[in-house]
Amino acid sequence: MTDDGSPILRLRDLRVSFPTAAGPARAVRGIDLDVRAGEAVAVVGESGSGKSVTMLATLGLLPKAEVTGSAKYGDTELVGADTATLRSVRGRRIAMVFQDPMTSLNPVLTIGKQLTLVMKAHQQRLGKKEARSKAIELLNQVAIPQADRRIDSYPHELSGGMRQRVMIAMAIANDPEVLIADEPTTALDVTVQAQIMELLTRLREEHHLALVLITHDLGVVAGSADRVAVMYAGRIVERAPVMDVFDEPQHPYTRALLECLPRLDQRHEVVSAIPGTPPNPADLPTGCPFAPRCPRALDACSVDEPALVRFGHGDVACSVVTAGATA
Amino acid sequence: MSDVIAPPRRLRRGRPEWLRGPSLIGVGVIVMWVLIALTVPMWSPYDPLAEVGPRLQGPSMSHLMGTDQLGRDVFTRTLWGARTSLPVAFVVIVSSVLIGTIIGAIAGFFGRWVDAVLMRLVDITMAFPPILLAMAITASLGPGVRNALIAMVLVWWPIYARLLRAQVIAVKQREYVESAEAIGVKRFTILRRYVLPMAYTPVLVNATMDFGQVVLLTASLSFIGLGARPPSPEWGAMITEGATQFYSWWIATAPGIAILMVVLAFNYLGDALRDSFDVKAGM
Repeated sequence: MTDDGSPILRLRDLRVSFPTAAGPARAVRGIDLDVRAGEAVAVVGESGSGKSVTMLATLGLLPKAEVTGSAKYGDTELVGADTATLRSVRGRRIAMVFQDPMTSLNPVLTIGKQLTLVMKAHQQRLGKKEARSKAIELLNQVAIPQADRRIDSYPHELSGGMRQRVMIAMAIANDPEVLIADEPTTALDVTVQAQIMELLTRLREEHHLALVLITHDLGVVAGSADRVAVMYAGRIVERAPVMDVFDEPQHPYTRALLECLPRLDQRHEVVSAIPGTPPNPADLPTGCPFAPRCPRALDACSVDEPALVRFGHGDVACSVVTAGATA
Repeated sequence: MSDVIAPPRRLRRGRPEWLRGPSLIGVGVIVMWVLIALTVPMWSPYDPLAEVGPRLQGPSMSHLMGTDQLGRDVFTRTLWGARTSLPVAFVVIVSSVLIGTIIGAIAGFFGRWVDAVLMRLVDITMAFPPILLAMAITASLGPGVRNALIAMVLVWWPIYARLLRAQVIAVKQREYVESAEAIGVKRFTILRRYVLPMAYTPVLVNATMDFGQVVLLTASLSFIGLGARPPSPEWGAMITEGATQFYSWWIATAPGIAILMVVLAFNYLGDALRDSFDVKAGM
């Protein structure tokens, strides 16, 4: 993949809905997102905002969902692609690391065997010895000590942090260009979280990987992402370079998220929270879906849903913020 | 580094949990019968098919379980009976598990119309009482051990197909399967290496319990004259012979006890395996 700044992963108006008894649950409602080679993009949002679903839909991993729009890897369209195309992309071009390393490894195979199977998925003619030495090399790359011994361990013999390292080793086994990490540190201790993020950052540089970091933890984002896309109710509400999001958050939702972060330089009696809950994707309110919880909402907010428009250093979907600027 | 390296170790030492109490006795009985079946030709007290004493004689020191209406030694014949019942049950169970595994795995893993078609086939087969269907099939193929065996496999595989299908559906939704899928592991590899090993336990437990049932069904088919034919020493056939000699109770009693022992032994073992693997709660 050439590094001319053109996106290697390009989502356009991606929509995902799940059929439910109460009608379609529109989990993702038109996402535009570009990921360039070597870049780290964080997709941030509460549980249920559609951030994981967006990425799973991109890889065609939601057989029961209705997916429309476009998700292109290079020139390959992934939405509606056949199984063979998807399989040639999964792991080889775009790999994914899941949230919970405790449940994401096969309990009945050694990690060496699992690494081998992952490599063989895309490199059929890989010899046994070659696969083993490559597996050891991968474990070394993700900083697993005594990799030549660890390779014969079963997942239950490893700690959570170790397992997440193994998951990452499996994800980079076929040299993908894009690594999607779905809340890679949520299930881990804080100290281990930092190690895993360091590892991801290092691998990104070494392998020139583009990283899509799905998270609800803005603390994780600050140190490791170049750009941030904030999602709410299946749409991107703000998209900006990472420093701008922290210094000058535009959308009221982004601000509210940042206010929820405990800060070391201030004394907190209570950790603040955003009042209310995210809307039900099968029963969205009219207008801006954040309006019912928004401190700056006007009557007009519940009439039309604002579009994502260029504002400040990024894009914002909030009519109050953008109107205030033009007025 | 907070990641501590734990040395690989065996979790439990000594006798496994499922090999205690009744199941230990069960295993003992099974081993004993298997040994008898394998070695009886070498030390058999009498020829099982020959007239070796007076007819219809009660149990005595020379004939432990007496003799039948043709003067054959009932005890000897009962021991030889294991050479029919055990291999037949083994072949029936192994073939049924194999067929059931293939069909169940395909149905559960691929779903959609494949699943619908295969499961309706299973439903149809399972709608009949097993003994009735086995009788009908054997009767149409003609009596004999081989045909009874084929009939029993046809009756039995749907049980495992359905059981494995349910397990496969449950296991394939686990996160590690999804994760393997996301990383591009081939579907067949996922089925074989990721799904089946985790889905198999209930099938093995059920197969153990069914072993006794198949021994019973073999005897039942022979009892009504559809399985082993006289004069071959088969437990069900021997009971038929004994049934006509009401006052010579020992003729039917000896094979009856043998059936009871084997069925009970496999039930005890199967129960213990089920409890140990925690089949219901664990899956």
